[in-house]
Amino acid sequence: MNEERAKPKVSPKREPMTRQDPHVRRHNFEEVALGYTEEQAVREAQRCLSCKKKPCVSGCPVEIEIPEFVKFIAERRFQEAIDKIHEKNSLPAICGRVCPQEDQCEKMCILGKKWEPLAIGRLERFVADYEMRKGEINIPKLPTPTGKKVAVVGSGPAGLTLAGDLAKMGHHVVIFEALHAPGGVLVYGIPEFRLPKEIVRKEVEYIKKLGVEVVTNFVVGKTRTIEELLRDGFDAVFVGAGAGLPYFMNIPGENLNGVYSANEFLTRSNLMKAYLFPEYDTPIKVGRRVAVVGGGNVAMDSARTAMRLGGEEVYCVYRRSRAEMPAREEEIENALEEGMILKELTNPVRIIGDENGWVREIECIKMKLGEPDSSGRRRPVPIEGSEFRLGVDVVVIAIGQGPNPLIPSTTPGLKTTKWGNIIAEEQTGATSLEGVFAGGDIVTGAATVILAMGAGRRAARAIDEYLRKK
Amino acid sequence: MFKILRKEVLTPQTKLFVVEAPLIATKVEPGQFVVLRIDEKGERIPLTVADFDREKGTLTLIFQEVGKTTYHLGTLNEGDAILDLVGPLGRPSEIENFGKVACVGGGIGIAPVYPIARALKAAGNEVISIIGARSKDLLILEKEMAEVSHEIYVTTDDGSYGKKAFVTQELERLIKEGYRFAFAIGIGPVPMMKAFALVTTRYAIPAKVSLNPIMVDGTGMCGVCRVSVSGVTRFACVDGPEFDASEVDFDLLTARQRIYCEEERQSLERYQQSKCGGCERE
Ligand SMILES: Cc1cc2nc3c(=O)[nH]c(=O)nc-3n(C[C@H](O)[C@H](O)[C@H](O)COP(=O)(O)OP(=O)(O)OC[C@H]3O[C@@H](n4cnc5c(N)ncnc54)[C@H](O)[C@@H]3O)c2cc1C
Ligand code: SF4
Ligand code: FES
Repeated sequence: MNEERAKPKVSPKREPMTRQDPHVRRHNFEEVALGYTEEQAVREAQRCLSCKKKPCVSGCPVEIEIPEFVKFIAERRFQEAIDKIHEKNSLPAICGRVCPQEDQCEKMCILGKKWEPLAIGRLERFVADYEMRKGEINIPKLPTPTGKKVAVVGSGPAGLTLAGDLAKMGHHVVIFEALHAPGGVLVYGIPEFRLPKEIVRKEVEYIKKLGVEVVTNFVVGKTRTIEELLRDGFDAVFVGAGAGLPYFMNIPGENLNGVYSANEFLTRSNLMKAYLFPEYDTPIKVGRRVAVVGGGNVAMDSARTAMRLGGEEVYCVYRRSRAEMPAREEEIENALEEGMILKELTNPVRIIGDENGWVREIECIKMKLGEPDSSGRRRPVPIEGSEFRLGVDVVVIAIGQGPNPLIPSTTPGLKTTKWGNIIAEEQTGATSLEGVFAGGDIVTGAATVILAMGAGRRAARAIDEYLRKK
Repeated sequence: MFKILRKEVLTPQTKLFVVEAPLIATKVEPGQFVVLRIDEKGERIPLTVADFDREKGTLTLIFQEVGKTTYHLGTLNEGDAILDLVGPLGRPSEIENFGKVACVGGGIGIAPVYPIARALKAAGNEVISIIGARSKDLLILEKEMAEVSHEIYVTTDDGSYGKKAFVTQELERLIKEGYRFAFAIGIGPVPMMKAFALVTTRYAIPAKVSLNPIMVDGTGMCGVCRVSVSGVTRFACVDGPEFDASEVDFDLLTARQRIYCEEERQSLERYQQSKCGGCERE
């Protein structure tokens, strides 16, 4: 094949990225992965085969022109590389850090058939950081205002992407955010050591420079309802309210002191900076021994946060086996390197407290994998009589989040699924109400940053069309 | 930023702020609350709205200085501003014409009872209010409560003012005297609300309490505010804050309110030391 012949000297291994030493980083909140140097980026970019069929692009939810931007890097044309990415992705510094590339572009990469796939995410991060370091971010020329107003509910990746796109089309956009800081999960959920908040802040600044207004401390459904916003003069509303409702397991002992939802644990630490208590006022219980229940990114973030807050023995209790863990492989490895103890095929059955209502132990049962379930993963079944207890001071429940019912319950006529997700057309985000669009986790259930962005992008196009016809 | 337009010192430890918050003021109903954060390093705390003026676009907040955040809040003055204020949160009180109703407020709990009593009166109820405090100098809103009540009874724990009794004893006395309450609302410290639940349950009076667990976001996102109501876990910030008095697990509420006792003490000590340091320099 032409492609394999093209560059015979391709290194089978990707350029490694420097990371903080696990023993050191276990005790700090600074970023773990330090990023490529220019030399490393160029060397890695040179591994790309510039395949004609671009399988990598088909694996990217927003179809970044991967071989093109990589080629620019190989040629040290970094600004052109980032401009290329910006055509399709408005938050590259974030995606380069948190996208599950191993399941997307890198999974499709031809190099991966024999060797390690190209490190596309690291290259994306490199050029995004290059631009941020340079300081001035290019603000595109904005068209003449259309005079149309769009309200956006929620400032997560879906809302931010949509707002940026609509502003570039000349519409006036106002984002309403319930919390005191914009960014959604990017600020309250994903920890500093994985995604520095300064990066999110800069991305939000960029969107503001495009003319987008960001109103914090505004709960749509409470401060104003969607109906009222439409009456107030907004021509369309986009709901990107995320999946913010924490699920609990409904096992005995879950209301004991020391049992957290991952949302609470991470919000205290990230958004409220409880790791800097008492300098910051919000406290958090650390515990010497911590059990985190769940196997996704949220669980990994909770476990790694617990270690950084001083947890000495931090367990991850997961009911299936490591192979089924939905967290990114890289994050599982990072967590294990830092000392997280994985209790796979283990399911909590109850949490046991002391006489003052504090967590003391978590009782678990061993599981084995049975027949595949509807998701295709093998269903875990309990092994009778295998109960055992772990002594812990803190339990973090990270088994998933659902849609917050606040908006559906205050918006008559807005149709939802039986799980409470807003029903929206995939290509346009159109909902059952005219002028109301939705996208991101509130529609799909907890998913990924890039999918939320993709939904925001498609809805922006549809809203633009809707406004022009209106 | 939310500007403090007026400050009143109600008791040495209880302050009243009238805050400019026009958006919230247009929507807020009795029984709802706001979450505030004083400054960049502050924590988020819920405060029940004690009054509001839709035309002037203001909210009245009344708080007792118990921890670092409320002490700090108490040092702010007219003209100062609060960084973040969000609301109105929680479900409004159910206001109907029940007939004869009892509005029972203990200590700082009188503040949230006030707008409910007023709304109940406006809805045509015969409002019998019972308010109380540990002692005379801690009693707040007596005049305001009197204005919105057909009858008012005042108690203090130490007998320094009004009758020496607990508000719940006074409530039971009235019931025994023949008052037929069709509805009762009781807000105050947890032991008071627990006693209130016992009395109202004993006499089969439909009754609500307003719960005040620890909160962070106030929108159903973190779950720290979970309470147990007839054995089911609910989030007080979105499902409440009012629940049927007879169904609330008050012991769980008490335990969960104490989660950060230790940290709160540490934070308060640190704050007070830093303030004393400031005095010495002067
Ligand atoms: C801890 C954690 C780690 C994760 N790690 C990864 C990862 O590594 N990679 C990855 O791709 N994905 C990850 N995810 C998933 C990803 O963050 C989400 O899929 C994505 O953020 C969804 O974006 P969104 O815009 O739909 O909603 P969100 O980011 O949830 O934002 C919604 C925003 O809307 C606001 N809001 C909600 N209701 C209202 C209302 N009524 N009025 C006003 N505002 C409202 C919320 O406060 C929030 O700010 C992670 C999620 C979590 C929780
Ligand atoms: S598939 Fe891999 S090697 Fe081929 S163009 Fe894409 S990134 Fe380069
Ligand atoms: S305060 Fe966070 S869910 Fe109620």
